[in-house]
Amino acid sequence: MELNKYQQELFDHQRPVIEKYGRRAWGWSIFYLLWIGLGGYALYLQVIKGHKITGMRDNVVWGLYIANFIFFIGISYAGAVISGILHILKVEWRKPIIRIAEMITVISTIIGPIFILLCIGRLDRLHHLFLYPRLQSPITWDVLAILTYFAGSVIFLYLALIKDFAIYRDANLKVPKWKQKMYKILAIGYKGTPSQKRHISISMNLMAIMIVPLAIIVHSVLSWIFGMTLRPGWHSTIFGPYFVLAAIYSGTGVLIMAMWVYRKMYKLNSYLQDKHFIYLGYIMMILGAAYGYFTFSEYLTGWYGSEKWDSEVIGKLFNPAEYGWWFLFANVAGIILPILIVAIPKTRTPNLIAIASFFMVLALWVKRYLIIVPTLESPLLPMQDTRPEFVKYSATWVEWALTFAGIATFFLFFTIMSKFVTIIPISEFADKEKKSEPVPEIQKEIATE
Amino acid sequence: MKKEEEISNKARRDFLKTTAIATIAATACGSLACSCSSKKANVGEKVKLLSPDGEIVEIDSSYLNHQEHMAIVSKLEAREGIAGKKFVMVVDLSRCKNARKCVAACQKWHYRTEDKEWLTVKLMKDSEEGAPYWFPKQCFHCDNPPCVKVCPVDATFKRQDGLVLIDNERCIGCKFCMAACPYSTRVFNWSEPELPFDIKHQQYSPETGIPGKVGTVEKCDFCPDRSREGLLPPCVEACPNGVFYFGDENEDTVSNGDETVSFSQLIKDRAAYRFQEELGTKPRVYYLPPKDRQFPVERGYENLPDNLKERFKDVMEESNLLEKK
Repeated sequence: MELNKYQQELFDHQRPVIEKYGRRAWGWSIFYLLWIGLGGYALYLQVIKGHKITGMRDNVVWGLYIANFIFFIGISYAGAVISGILHILKVEWRKPIIRIAEMITVISTIIGPIFILLCIGRLDRLHHLFLYPRLQSPITWDVLAILTYFAGSVIFLYLALIKDFAIYRDANLKVPKWKQKMYKILAIGYKGTPSQKRHISISMNLMAIMIVPLAIIVHSVLSWIFGMTLRPGWHSTIFGPYFVLAAIYSGTGVLIMAMWVYRKMYKLNSYLQDKHFIYLGYIMMILGAAYGYFTFSEYLTGWYGSEKWDSEVIGKLFNPAEYGWWFLFANVAGIILPILIVAIPKTRTPNLIAIASFFMVLALWVKRYLIIVPTLESPLLPMQDTRPEFVKYSATWVEWALTFAGIATFFLFFTIMSKFVTIIPISEFADKEKKSEPVPEIQKEIATE
Repeated sequence: MKKEEEISNKARRDFLKTTAIATIAATACGSLACSCSSKKANVGEKVKLLSPDGEIVEIDSSYLNHQEHMAIVSKLEAREGIAGKKFVMVVDLSRCKNARKCVAACQKWHYRTEDKEWLTVKLMKDSEEGAPYWFPKQCFHCDNPPCVKVCPVDATFKRQDGLVLIDNERCIGCKFCMAACPYSTRVFNWSEPELPFDIKHQQYSPETGIPGKVGTVEKCDFCPDRSREGLLPPCVEACPNGVFYFGDENEDTVSNGDETVSFSQLIKDRAAYRFQEELGTKPRVYYLPPKDRQFPVERGYENLPDNLKERFKDVMEESNLLEKK
């Protein structure tokens, strides 16, 4: 593969990253593995002793695990929707960020479902889902949707990678033989002929068009696990779109954070430019406003109608002695903060946008927790139970250990993948650089805006 | 009026007939079982039994092999249900004084530890000024069951006789049914259930729910194994006040052990209601409103052990029933 000047520059910049699993990468990887090991131990205990060692009980049957499940499937929207929609709209500035976005998608789509498995009492009977499937159950919808979505996202990521694999194959990288071989196989003989280019381009367009509705289906179906029940705070028609929106929103936040980390770590300032943060910030602001609107209408209708059972849940969310502070945090950090940070020109800087994203993502995790737990703590019949752990949910160390193990797995997979492929796609960069102005000028332009 | 009485009488006769047949069957099985089991020392305690010829015979109780849960049916039968039946329950709230005999009987029959109740008695108070009343609650065996809808593996199912049962050899423990049930009926085996050795190794049937398994969901099953033997569920039998009426909607008969009455007449006369009708789940359990109550609410509270008192304390205090004492 012939590389042009810009591509060569970009490739040389990223070359050391994929050639060597450096000391820093090893250090972090071992750190992540320790967390995963702790999670593995917790899982072992949970399987041996039963779910008694979690904080879940007969009233609150789902807890942290399900919140994590929604969270990870949510952030997987980074690749699917952001990268998919930007691809369909042919937005040029997307090119340096699509790899990160699609990696987030694939990795979090692997981790999310693991959390729903942790919640299942009989892991030894998982095959029953395929032996005796019932199409009426939203869980079956979920299994179908997530598997399809995962396949779709892997294909979407891979299609964008083929050209790059060809570049790595031809570049004489100082990497072990097996890695060379792997690049060769994965490049599936791509040579950059016009017909190959056309095929990839058509496939990419098709996948981009397919991945967006698929993603919407996945999170709608996920929300219907809750929406289809007769519980206050769950049984809401808004739940499908609400979840989808929250998912795109949190996905954007994670994408911004990942960009910020990589830019710092590998000094990619001239590729992951300020404008990328600002443009994504705009997207985040719009999504934040829409998410805020959904949140407002969801709780306003419940509060105004003030049905007894609804009011009980909303009362808990508004009560400082129960979940009031968390609810406030979820809304301030999850809606108001990111909007303000992006809206005010002075605070519209990559660092602040990244910080706002961090709090927003955290707030959205809290929000998922607040969707699950207070509703389950408010059954229709009075609990009249004297066992405190049955009345109020509090996660045990086992659940926390597995939560952090999940986050560590996310980082570990990211670290490993970034050692195999360049974080900034090289081949994609070419077409753009030829016709557009050099990088520094764009930065200037943004600065004066 | 006369005609109705006749129907009611006939129903009672039918019921007694089935009971008698079941007793004979039980005896036959019992003697069969004892003939091949090892010899036992005579205890000297005589038991009167009805022989197949209609004679009353007296035999030594040591010859009886007590066979509980004998009606083991195939998995397929357990899913189909008992042909021609449509089980229904009526709970007379005006008679309940929270004696908790139903809970104890249920726990015993199903080998359940104290903390896992399939049948619970709640102290309900419908409005701020309303009077509290005792509210026993089993599974409602809804005709439009939200739990069955959401099960991804068909582990919980609705049978033709109206019962909603669980096959805990198929259940994957996702707990979705627990989240879907608005009545908090279902319980989960958070750890390996404590069971006697022989029960633990008994053959499992969805009709008995025994033995329970870790990581699966369970609930009240209306004891179809007892229905197959013509017996009433233990909770119905154990109640000293005849609160529970159990029977067959097709036959239009329900019995609380003391009296057998017409189901339709009972719910008509006493203005029966179903709990939270507006949820659309169509429960198979009807409640007779707590009007003209036989016992004051306090009667069900005073003699409770402290840990149980704790459950109802809030409601009792709210109703100013504790200060009066």
